[in-house]
Amino acid sequence: MPPLAPRPPAEGPTPLFGAYGIVKRFGDFRANDGIDLEIRAGEIHALLGENGAGKSTLMKILYGLLEPTEGVVTHRGDIVRLSNPEAARALGIGMVFQHFSLCENLTVAENIALVMPRGLNRRTLSARIAEVGATYGLHLDPGRPVWSLSAGERQRIEIIRCLLQDPRLVILDEPTSVLTPGEAEGLFTVLERLRDEGRALLYISHRLDEVRRLCSRATILRGGRVVGACDPREETARSLAAMMVGVQVGEVKPPAEVPAGPERLVLRDLALPAPGLHGTALRDVSLSVRGGEIVGIAGIAGNGQAELFDALSGEALAPEPGMVRLDRVESGRLGITARRRNGAGFVPEERNGHAAAPTLSLSDNAILSRHATAALSRFGVLRRAAAKSLAEAVTSAFDVRKAGPDPAAGTLSGGNLQKYLMGREILAEPGILVVNQPTWGVDALAAAHIRQALLDLAGRGAAVLVISQDLDELFEIAGRIAVLHAGHLSPAVPAAETSRETLGLLMGGAAPAQSATVAGTPEPAREPAHAH
Amino acid sequence: MRIDLTPRTNRSAGMDALSPVLAFLAALVVGGIAVAAMGRSPAQAFVTYFVAPLSEVWSLQEVALKAAPLALVATGLAFCFRANIWNIGAEGQFVVGGLFGGWIGVATHGATGNTLWVLPLMLVVGTLAGMVYGLIPALLKVRLGVSEILTSLMLVYVAELLLDYMARGPLRDPAGFNFPQSVTFDDAARLPYLMEGDTLHAGVAIALAAIVVATLVLSRTLFGFTVRVVGASPRAARFAGFSDARLTLAVFAISGGAAGLAGIAEVAGKIGQLQPSISPGYGFTAIIVAFLGRLSPVGILVAALVIALTTIGGEGAQIDLKLPLDLTRAFQGLLLALVLGADALSRYRVRLVPGVAA
Repeated sequence: MPPLAPRPPAEGPTPLFGAYGIVKRFGDFRANDGIDLEIRAGEIHALLGENGAGKSTLMKILYGLLEPTEGVVTHRGDIVRLSNPEAARALGIGMVFQHFSLCENLTVAENIALVMPRGLNRRTLSARIAEVGATYGLHLDPGRPVWSLSAGERQRIEIIRCLLQDPRLVILDEPTSVLTPGEAEGLFTVLERLRDEGRALLYISHRLDEVRRLCSRATILRGGRVVGACDPREETARSLAAMMVGVQVGEVKPPAEVPAGPERLVLRDLALPAPGLHGTALRDVSLSVRGGEIVGIAGIAGNGQAELFDALSGEALAPEPGMVRLDRVESGRLGITARRRNGAGFVPEERNGHAAAPTLSLSDNAILSRHATAALSRFGVLRRAAAKSLAEAVTSAFDVRKAGPDPAAGTLSGGNLQKYLMGREILAEPGILVVNQPTWGVDALAAAHIRQALLDLAGRGAAVLVISQDLDELFEIAGRIAVLHAGHLSPAVPAAETSRETLGLLMGGAAPAQSATVAGTPEPAREPAHAH
Repeated sequence: MRIDLTPRTNRSAGMDALSPVLAFLAALVVGGIAVAAMGRSPAQAFVTYFVAPLSEVWSLQEVALKAAPLALVATGLAFCFRANIWNIGAEGQFVVGGLFGGWIGVATHGATGNTLWVLPLMLVVGTLAGMVYGLIPALLKVRLGVSEILTSLMLVYVAELLLDYMARGPLRDPAGFNFPQSVTFDDAARLPYLMEGDTLHAGVAIALAAIVVATLVLSRTLFGFTVRVVGASPRAARFAGFSDARLTLAVFAISGGAAGLAGIAEVAGKIGQLQPSISPGYGFTAIIVAFLGRLSPVGILVAALVIALTTIGGEGAQIDLKLPLDLTRAFQGLLLALVLGADALSRYRVRLVPGVAA
C-alpha cells in the first residue's frame, strides 16, 4: 500500500466528511435527532456519549449500514449517498468493529482474504499484509490460525483489513475494551501514526482518559443530539462525564477507614477444571476478603472471571468443601440457595438470561434469587404480594426507572436493570456480596449510584468482592486488588500501593515480552509506581 | 437476500390473542382449496367437519370424550415442554397406565363384597405406572446424559408391544373364544357416567380438574415458577438455585402420571376391557395439542376441543364425502404449522435484507 503523503492537519474550511442535520427515526423513537458532525483529515475525533446517546446509530450511518431519515453526509463538500458499506468503503471509510467478525478456524491471511476483492493472489496478499504490518508495527503471522491469537492480535487483523483498503476515515468503536493496557498503548501508537499520515479517525470510547490523551476534538451526544463539542485535552475526565450525562456526576465517597473485620470470604487453593471447550480452568486460587472491605479482581475478559464467579456462587461446585469458606462455613459443596441462606449474595455479569429472566416481570425476578431468603414462598405456594412489595422496595431504594407497575425485566434499560439487580441483593443485607462487572454497559450516573451502594454495603461490615475489567472502577472503590490471568489469581495488594502499569502487566500474564510484540510500544514501567 | 427476524418491541396483547384465530382461518382457506382440488364442495366439507359434530348431543359428547384424554395428556406435557424437556413418549406412558390399571380390573373380575376400592385403585395404579414409565427416560437423562427424546420415543414401542402381548396372552379372557382381549370389567371397575343414558363418563371431569390444578400449580407455586424460569432462561434458573436434575425427574413424573391417568381413564371409561391397542395415538396428538394451546392449560383445553372436533368431523367426512382420513391429519398438521407461524409473526418483525456483505 502506498503510504499517503503527509498532509497538514486540517484542510481548511471544507471538512473531509460532514454529516448535517442527521435524523434517524425508529418508529417514534429518534435515535439521532439533528446531529451535525464534521471530521477533518489528520485529526482523531472523539464521539462521546452514554449508552443510547446515538453513537452507534451515527456510526452505522457513516458506514452505510443505516440510511438517515433526514440529513445529508458530505465528502469534501459534496453530498454523497451511503446506501451500503460498499459505497462507504469506495469513499475511503473504514471501520474497526468492537466485536470482531473473524472465523476462528481460518488463518490470518484467509480471514483478510474474505473481505478483499476476489481473485487476489494469496502470495500478493500475504506480502501486503506483511508490508502494512511493518509500516504500522502491526505484526502478525499471516499463517497463524485465528483461534490461537489473543484479543489484541485479533484486533490487529481487523485493523489491517481496514488499512488494506487505504481508508481516509477510520471509525473505531470501543477499540480498547478488550485490550490490556500494554496492548492499548500499542494501538494508540498506530492511531497516532495514521493521524500523522493525514487520515481522519473517529474514535468512539467511554474511557475518558484515553479520549483526553488521544483526541484533539470531541463531539458529545446525549439523547440523539449534539450537546457539546470541546478539546478533550483541555477537559478533565469529570467535566467530560458531566457533559455526557448532563448532570454533575457525584464523586463516590471513598471508603471511610473501616477497621478490617473478620475474614468472611476465604478461598483456599481453589482448583476447578474448565467447564467446557472454551472455558478457563481455575488454578490454585486463594483469596481472603474481610468484613468491611471491597476487594477487586482485575483481568481481561475470558481469563476465568465467569468460572470464578460460578465457583463462588455455587453454580459450579468445588471439588472440596474447604476450598470455599463463607462466614466460616465450608461451602465448596453447597448449592447457591444454601450459600444465600448463609448470608451471601451474588450479582453475575450477564443481566439478561443469568441474573434475570428477561421475559419475566420484576416481581418474578425478585423471586428468582430471593425465594429462600425473603420468605417469598410458603409451603411451596408463592407469596405474590410479598414479591411485589419487595420489587417495589428495590425500585424505590435504587431509583429504578420503569414503565408500568411490574414490567418484564427485559424492557428496562441496562443501567436500570443493573440497579434493580444490585438492589435486589443489597436489600437482603448480605454479609458477603460477589459482583461480576457491576457497571458493565451502565451509564455514568447509574454506575456512580451502584459503586456508592457497594461502598456503603462494605461500610456496614459486609465483605464485597468485585470482579471488573474496568481498572478505573477498581481504583475508585476497592481497598485491595488482585489480578486474574489464565485462571490464576495474583495476591491481592492494597490499591494505594500498586499502579495501572503493574496491574496491566499482570493482566497480560506478567510477561515483559508482551510489550515487545507491538513494535513502537513504549516500554511499560516495570517497577510499580507508588501512587495512582 | 437474507431474511431478518427482529423481535417486536411493542407486542400488542390483542394481536397475541388474535393470531391463533387468524391461523385457524388461514388453515380453513388452505383446507378448502385442498377439498376443492379433490373435487368436493368446500362449503359442504366445512359443514361436515365443523358444524355437524356440534349440532347433535351424541356427537358433542364424542367430541368431549376425544378431547378429554388429549387435554389431560397435553397438560402434563406442557410442564415438560415449558421447561425445554422433551417427553415424546406420552403414548407409551398412556398405554402402560391403561395396562397396569386395567390389570386390576381384570384381576378383580367377579369379585364380590365391597368393591368400592377397585376403581380408585385402578386410577392410582394407572397413574403410578405412567409415572414410573416416564421416569425411565428421565433417570437415563439425569444419570447418564442420554437424550430423553430418543429413549422416551423408543419406550412407546416397548409399551405397545407389552400391551399387545398381555392382551393376547396372560390377560386374555379364557372364555372369550380366543379373541385377543380381556374380560369385560365389572361395573365397579368402570368410570361412572356423568349423566344417565349418555356416553359421557367421569374421565371428562378428571381432565377438567387436571386443567384447573395445572393452572394453579403453574401460576401460584414455587414449583410452577421453577418450570417457567427453566423454560424462559435456563441459566437464570441455575442462578435461582433450581436443580436441572430434580426438575427433569419431576416434569417426567407429572407428564407420565397424567398420561397414565388418561390411559386408565380411557380403559375404565370408554373401552371397558384390555385390548391389544387402546389408543388411536392420543399421546402423539397431545404434543400437537400442547403446542396449539401454547403450553397453557386453558389454551390446551381449547386446542384439544378443536382437534377432537376435526377428528370427529373427519370421521363424518370419510362417511359422507368419502374424503380420506389423511386429509384430517394433514389439516391438523397444517393448523399447528400456521399457529406456530402466526405466533412467530406476532413476536418478530420480518424484514428482507438485500444481500450485503456487512
